[in-house]
Amino acid sequence: MAVLNEEQEMLRDMARDWATNESPVAAFRKVRASGAPEAFDREAYTAMAQMGWAGIVVPEAHGGSDFGWLSAGLVVEELGKTLTASPLVATTLAATAIVLGGSEEQKAKWLPRLASGEAIGTLAIDEGPHHNPAKIAASVSGGKLSGTKAFVHEAHSADLFVVAAADGLYLVEKGDGVSLSTRKLTDQRSHAEVTFDGAAADKLAGGGDSLLDDVLDRARVLTACEMLGMAQAVFDTTLDYLKQRVQFNQVLATFQALQHRMADLFGDLAMMRSAVEGGLQALDSGFGVARAATIAKAEANRVLHTISREGVQLHGGIGMTDEYDIGFYLKRARVLEASWGGTSYLRDRFARIGGY
Amino acid sequence: MATQPDLKAPSADDAFREEVRDFLAENFPPELKGKGSALAGVDGPTEESETQRKWREAMGARGWGTPTWPKEYGGGGLSRRQAAILNEEMAKAGAYNPIGGMGVMMFGPTLLEYGSEAQKSEHIPPICRGEIRWCQGYSEPNAGSDLANLQTFAEDKGDHYLVNGQKTWTSGGQWADKCFCLVRTDKSDKHKGISFLLIDMDAPGVEVRPIQMISGMSPFCETFFTDVKVPKENLVGEEGQGWTIGKRLLQHERTNLSGGGSLARMMGASLADIAKKYVETDESGAIADKVLRDRIADFEIRWNAFLLTARRATEESKAAGGVSEISSVLKKLGTKLGQERAELTIEIMGLQGLGWEGEGFTDAELSGVRAWLFGKATTIYGGSTEIQNNIIAKRVLGMLDHQ
Repeated sequence: MAVLNEEQEMLRDMARDWATNESPVAAFRKVRASGAPEAFDREAYTAMAQMGWAGIVVPEAHGGSDFGWLSAGLVVEELGKTLTASPLVATTLAATAIVLGGSEEQKAKWLPRLASGEAIGTLAIDEGPHHNPAKIAASVSGGKLSGTKAFVHEAHSADLFVVAAADGLYLVEKGDGVSLSTRKLTDQRSHAEVTFDGAAADKLAGGGDSLLDDVLDRARVLTACEMLGMAQAVFDTTLDYLKQRVQFNQVLATFQALQHRMADLFGDLAMMRSAVEGGLQALDSGFGVARAATIAKAEANRVLHTISREGVQLHGGIGMTDEYDIGFYLKRARVLEASWGGTSYLRDRFARIGGY
Repeated sequence: MATQPDLKAPSADDAFREEVRDFLAENFPPELKGKGSALAGVDGPTEESETQRKWREAMGARGWGTPTWPKEYGGGGLSRRQAAILNEEMAKAGAYNPIGGMGVMMFGPTLLEYGSEAQKSEHIPPICRGEIRWCQGYSEPNAGSDLANLQTFAEDKGDHYLVNGQKTWTSGGQWADKCFCLVRTDKSDKHKGISFLLIDMDAPGVEVRPIQMISGMSPFCETFFTDVKVPKENLVGEEGQGWTIGKRLLQHERTNLSGGGSLARMMGASLADIAKKYVETDESGAIADKVLRDRIADFEIRWNAFLLTARRATEESKAAGGVSEISSVLKKLGTKLGQERAELTIEIMGLQGLGWEGEGFTDAELSGVRAWLFGKATTIYGGSTEIQNNIIAKRVLGMLDHQ
C-alpha cells in the first residue's frame, strides 16, 4: 500500500466502510436477480455520487474535488473488492476525456452533471471483441457520427457517449441516431453494441494528437484498480477458506503444498499492487504515463487471471457453485482483462514504447 | 500530493550537497571513476592499490561508507535524506562506496541492535573504516534449510568457550578476519540452545577450505573449528538468544539479497538492448523475432513491477521503521526474476552467450556466463525460496495459527 496522506486515508476508509456495509456482494446478487439491463442500483449510485466519488478527477471549478488519481484509485479498488456494480468508472473516464480535450463550453455543460451523478457517461471506442484503437471505422461528416461500437460498458444507462471516430473523439448524447443492442456477458453487467446512425456529434478538439491514448491510459489504470480490489478479495477469501476447511482431520492451511501456492500468489499480488499504484502515481505526476499505465494493466491482467483461477481451484467443489461468490470474480475478471488491452496487446505496446 | 517529489529542497540540503561535492572533488581519485566493484566488498580478495586504500580511508574517516550509522561508533550520523544526497552525488561523480561486505550489510545493523556497549565500541568502528572483514558462520553440512539443526558446540569452560564443529558455505571465509557464528550452547533445546558468538578467523584451531563451484569460482568455504578458544565477552546477547538474533540478521540479509535498485544497476543493459545486438531487427528497429520480442516484454513488465515493489517496500518500511517480513517476499521475487533474466539473456545470445574461456568471446560475454551460473545460488542461499515460502505462509499469512 502506498503511503497515503490524511485525506486519502479518510477517503479509503469511507469507501471501505460503505462497500462493506452498503454494497457487499449480496447487493450485486440483487442487481443480477432484478434482470434490469442497466445492471446497477440507482439509489446506491446516487449515494456514491453524493459522497463525491464521481468527481474525484474533475476540477473544483466544474463541481469536482480534484483529489487526483491515487484517490480515485483507492475508491475504485474498495468497490472492486465487493464487486459493486456501478457506472462510476465509466463516468469518471468520460469526464476525464472532457477534462483533457473539452472546450470551456463542453466542460461547463457536462462536468458538473457527471460529477454530481446526475448524468452517466461512458467511453465507446472499440469496434470488435479485441481492443484495437488503431483500427477505428466510425466517421463524422457534417457534425453527424456514424459507426458501430462493440461491448460498450454501462451503455444502457449512459446519457453521454465519448465516441472514437477516425479523426478524434466526439461527445454524443443518447437519443436520436443512437441505438443499443444488449450483449449480456458472463459478468452480467451492462454491455451493449451501440450503433450511431447520423447522431449529432460534438468534437473534443483539445488535448492534442495523444488525446485518445491519454484517455485510454486512464481507462487502463482505473480498470486495473478495480481488478486489484478483486484480486485482493479473492486472495483474502481463499485464505480464509483454507483456514477453516478441514480434511484428513487437518485444516487445509496447514498443508505445505497449499501454503506455497498462497505464498506465490501473495508475491504476485504485491507486484500487481506496486504496478497499479505506479500507474496512479504516474497519472498524478504526469511523467511516464504511457509506460506506467501499460505496466499497471499488464500486471493486473496477469495476476488477477492467476488468482481468479487459483481461487476457484483452492475452494474445491464449493467454488464451482453459484452460492459462493468466488465464481463472480472469475467471470468479471475475464471481462476486465479483455477491456482496454488484453495481455498480448499490452506487451506489444510496452515493446513499442521501449523502442523494440 | 504526498506521492510527488518535493521539488523545492530546503537549503540545509543544498549546503550538505555542497559539502559532499567538495569532499568528492578533494578525495575521490579520478582514475577510480566507474571502477567500483560492489562485489569486491563481499567476497573478493583483500589486495587494494594505494589509491584505493586512500579513497577507503577518506570515506572511512567521515563515516560515509555507513552513512546512517551513529557517529559515536564511527558511522556518518546522516539522515536518510542526506544519505540519499550522498548517493546521488557519488553516482554523478562516478564514485563508489569502498566500504561494504557482510559487516556493513548484516552484522553491523544487528550488533547495533543487540550488542553490548563494549562490543559496539570494539567492532563497529573498524567496520565503518572498512578495516575488518566479517564472514557468516551459519550453515553446516546438516543444517541448511533446517538451520536450527546446527551442531557446532561451544562448551562452557568458565572464562571461555571451547568451540568444535564445522560450518559450510562460508562466503568469503578465506579472506575474512572475523566470523559471526551461530553455535550450540545447549544440546537439550533445538532453538533455545543456540547462541550468537564472534570468532577470530586466525585463532588457533580454525581451518578454511574453499569450495569450487559450477561457475568455476570459489566464493564459499568450509570452515572447521577444532578446540577453538573463544573469550566469553564475544557472546552477543544472552546465551540461548542466538536464534532470535540470528533471524534478525537474516532479515537484513534478505533485504540486501533481493537487490532492487542495486541489482538493476549491476545487470546493466536492458534485455532489449542486448537483443538488438545479437538478433535481427526489422526496418523499424523492432526485434524481428516476434515471439522473442513478446517474451522480453513480458519479462521487462514483471521486472519493472518488482522494482516498484522494492521501492514501495522501502517507503513503507521507512514509514513503519525498520526491516520486516516483507523482506521474504522481496528475496523470493528478486532472485527468481534475476535468474529468469540471466536465462533469457543467454537464450538471446545463443551459443555466443555460453563461452567458458579463451578466444572468440568478449569479457562481458564471459562474465555473463559465470554470473548466470553463480546466480543459481541466489534462490538457495540466505534461506531458499522454499524457506521464504514457509516464512510467508507462517508469519505473514498466519496459515499455521490454527494448529
